[in-house]
Amino acid sequence: MSEEKTLKISKIEDGIVIDHINPGSAMEVLSVLKINGKSGFTVSLLMNVRTSKGNSKDVVKIEKKNLRKKELDLISMVSPNATINIVENFVIKEKFNVSLPETVHDIIRCQNQNCVTNAKEPVKTVFTMEKKGDKLLYRCHYCERTMTMDEIRNSITK
Amino acid sequence: MLKKKDIVNIGDISNEDIFKVFENASKFKKKLSKEEKIKTMDGKIMTTLFFEPSTRTRLSFESAMHRLGGSVITVSEPKSSSASKGETVADTIRMASSYSDIIVMRHPMEGAARLASEFSSVPVINGGDGSGQHPTQTLLDLFTIWEKFGTFNGLHITMAGDLKYGRTVHSLIRALNRFDTTISLVSPESLEMPDHIISTLKNPEKVIKSKSLDEVLNSSDVFYVTRIQKERFVDLNDYAKVIGSYSFDIDTVSAMKETAIILHPLPRVDEISPEVDNDPRATYFKQAENGVFVRMALIDMILGGE
Ligand SMILES: [Zn+2]
Repeated sequence: MSEEKTLKISKIEDGIVIDHINPGSAMEVLSVLKINGKSGFTVSLLMNVRTSKGNSKDVVKIEKKNLRKKELDLISMVSPNATINIVENFVIKEKFNVSLPETVHDIIRCQNQNCVTNAKEPVKTVFTMEKKGDKLLYRCHYCERTMTMDEIRNSITK
Repeated sequence: MLKKKDIVNIGDISNEDIFKVFENASKFKKKLSKEEKIKTMDGKIMTTLFFEPSTRTRLSFESAMHRLGGSVITVSEPKSSSASKGETVADTIRMASSYSDIIVMRHPMEGAARLASEFSSVPVINGGDGSGQHPTQTLLDLFTIWEKFGTFNGLHITMAGDLKYGRTVHSLIRALNRFDTTISLVSPESLEMPDHIISTLKNPEKVIKSKSLDEVLNSSDVFYVTRIQKERFVDLNDYAKVIGSYSFDIDTVSAMKETAIILHPLPRVDEISPEVDNDPRATYFKQAENGVFVRMALIDMILGGE
């Protein structure tokens, strides 16, 4: 199924289409955006859609929704290959790939239970990306421990 | 330049500044041996906040400040005061920094010193945070090695014992790895150097895990021994087994190079037998003594002219 066709399934007037989500991760995307049935948004969700290249993907469409920087960061961590389409008046106004942020503020909860950010202190977490070969890690600015992408995904979708 | 700087981890101090600390520490050591009075910190106040018990580090910091002619204010038992009333580190530090010119803090949580430095209006020195960093211990460890060898380049250093929870080795390995050193790690599998420390090293290929002390006994210049805590073992039989293979007695020591030195952050328990104390290679008491000179140098550089 072509991208064009996917988007047509339920064309939205205004809002966002999050495309090329890793297959099976659509629910996690909704979860990090804190969108559930009670949030009032009109949401359509496609899981395991075949792409023209023969791969699978998930797609999420949310009507009347804008994305803030923090939400884009969250999506990138759940599904680093996702693309964002901003739709206005049935037309795609803007299209871009999400990208993993170099520095992440106030998103990741440090998994080190003895990290000072897990105490009742007036600070927000700060993590910085590190590349070790092909491995991607985020290091806590405070306790200096690292978290893998899998550990981060687990912690933010909980 | 350490003027007005926070010292949270050893990464906050450049190699150049490390050698400046050594120079100043040697200078103070000489002055004190001649019983010269030093007044560079006259009128300056240090707050020591130890949220976790410590004898050596605290006394050594307080002695250093007094020896420089400054004064010290402290909380005798932070557990019985603000912290137990639920006051945050952030608030305690804001208060303390309005009373003093420099703060030394030890705290049981990792990252507490970094946080403190962000809420303080005066420089903060990390006196140990959880199993995290202990940069001034590292400076005095380095100073003791430097006093003996005059350099770090070409040295083979073996770290033995609890490399997982022992925060002194976490700071020390980072610092030594910045120089041309070879580092051997000897520890029980359950107490190995954590990956989050190895991954910070500039030259990880210069760090080798060794299976036993025997492998490195006759080739190492420095043995850095840490305490293996009984509390880390559920089964005391396991502790007994482990302590047997990581402890130093007169036989172990006699297999070492004549010029080697043995360091230990102290207090030691079973890792080094008291019979080793009289061997010229036993350097741990001298190392502890150096703590005052190194801390004097550091305080003087942060609050003084340099
Ligand atoms: Zn942390």
